[in-house]
Amino acid sequence: MSLYTEFQGGSEVALSKIISHIENRREGYQEVLSRLYRTGGRMYRIGITGPPGAGKSSLVNRLAGLAAEAGHRVAVICVDPSSPFTGGALLGDRLRMQDIPLDKGVFIRSMGSRGSTGGLAAATSNVTVALDAFGFDTLFIETVGVGQMELDIIDACDTVVVALVPESGDAIQALKAGLMEIADIFAVNKADRAGSDQMVYDLQSAMEMKAVHSEWIVPIVATQATANVNLDELYRHLTAHKAYLEKTGLLAQKRAEQLKKKVERVLVKSIQRDIDRTLLNGAVLDDIVGRIMRGEDDPYSAGQALFRQYKFGS
Amino acid sequence: MAEKIRVLLAKPGLDGHDRGVKVVAAALRDAGMEVIYTGLRQTPEQIVTAAIQEDVDVVGVSILSGAHMTLFPAIVDLLRQRGGGDKLIFGGGIIPDDDIAALEKAGVSKLFTPGASTVEIIDWVTRAVAAKKNDEKLL
Ligand SMILES: Nc1nc2c(ncn2[C@@H]2O[C@H](COP(=O)(O)OP(=O)(O)O)[C@@H](O)[C@H]2O)c(=O)[nH]1
Ligand SMILES: [Mg+2]
Repeated sequence: MSLYTEFQGGSEVALSKIISHIENRREGYQEVLSRLYRTGGRMYRIGITGPPGAGKSSLVNRLAGLAAEAGHRVAVICVDPSSPFTGGALLGDRLRMQDIPLDKGVFIRSMGSRGSTGGLAAATSNVTVALDAFGFDTLFIETVGVGQMELDIIDACDTVVVALVPESGDAIQALKAGLMEIADIFAVNKADRAGSDQMVYDLQSAMEMKAVHSEWIVPIVATQATANVNLDELYRHLTAHKAYLEKTGLLAQKRAEQLKKKVERVLVKSIQRDIDRTLLNGAVLDDIVGRIMRGEDDPYSAGQALFRQYKFGS
Repeated sequence: MAEKIRVLLAKPGLDGHDRGVKVVAAALRDAGMEVIYTGLRQTPEQIVTAAIQEDVDVVGVSILSGAHMTLFPAIVDLLRQRGGGDKLIFGGGIIPDDDIAALEKAGVSKLFTPGASTVEIIDWVTRAVAAKKNDEKLL
């Protein structure tokens, strides 16, 4: 029996192996993805981002449990940084998710970022497609949490939770990092620490200065993930945001935007690959660069000429 | 881009520290592998679930408590029952030679005793994973 057949029969082992095929782009993975895309579309995707140590894993640890208790079929993806030098990675998020009830069928998968810098691995959004097709209805994705601009999450999620901690300057930091723009909900975690109220206040004032584009007022929730304080409140806001997106039609709109980008990316990548294979193989670029360096050509004219050659064959 | 070897490191049982596991974890990571560490006091159930969900190639188990003759077979059996029989299991701990022979017969691929260097472990994992044949069909 093939992995795909076993997957359809509900085998978690097969799901897990298919994820590896997707992650490693092994032969045939695109064909599988094509099929999986057509059977999904029901899973709700929640992203958790924020600086390292803010408590993202600890929050997911609680939220995934609450969702499972509410009867959802829950999956979790957590991304950790891969070393740019060795490619190795220590995937430690799972260690902080010990309270997730695995006996309720929660599926957790750790991924190395493998050279991506946008907060997720290149394969993460494809992996979500497999989870969706498998029948999970709720997904939590934890980003790497080291970059300043981890914006991949916008294209892979429906609701984005930004986790911050009451360290001084964090609200300003969040502003600078563009986190204000992407947050649907703020969790000010480690509320047991000094400065938590101040942090909530700073965020509130910062949000009030932001131009308002929607009826959704971004909630700011003070949480203590480890002591399990106020997590039900955070969970309620997640549910409310989902209901808001559904009621206003924004969910469908958001997903349509994401799909547009996805199709565009597939197209651009195909063209890129074709160009690499045909137009740019051999020493074409070396020759051009030689001419430019001798003052006989320039990057703009050369690039345009190559484009004409690619498109019109002359 | 070569595929990454994925390794789960686990520490079942009640014995205290995990310094040794952390050293091995760091060494395997520096050798270019993706290492998932699940922490102390894991039950065989939790270890096997993690191994399957993470689709690791290898599961490394550290046991210092003397319970190796029950814990290793429990993990091997459960892994096989749940469809993860293709995953290699190696272990580390203070284990007498007779027990090593028995455990290797029971399905543990390799046991390292406390003197083993991280280089030996890296070497074994790399070779054992390369030697595994993969005949599963995707579609
Ligand atoms: N004091 C305190 N510590 C917390 C809280 N939430 C998480 N932590 C701790 O903060 C550290 C980092 O948490 P983690 O969830 O791994 O953060 P991540 O890097 O954002 O995923 C861990 O040691 C947690 O136990 C909290 O609410 N209060
Ligand atoms: Mg984390």
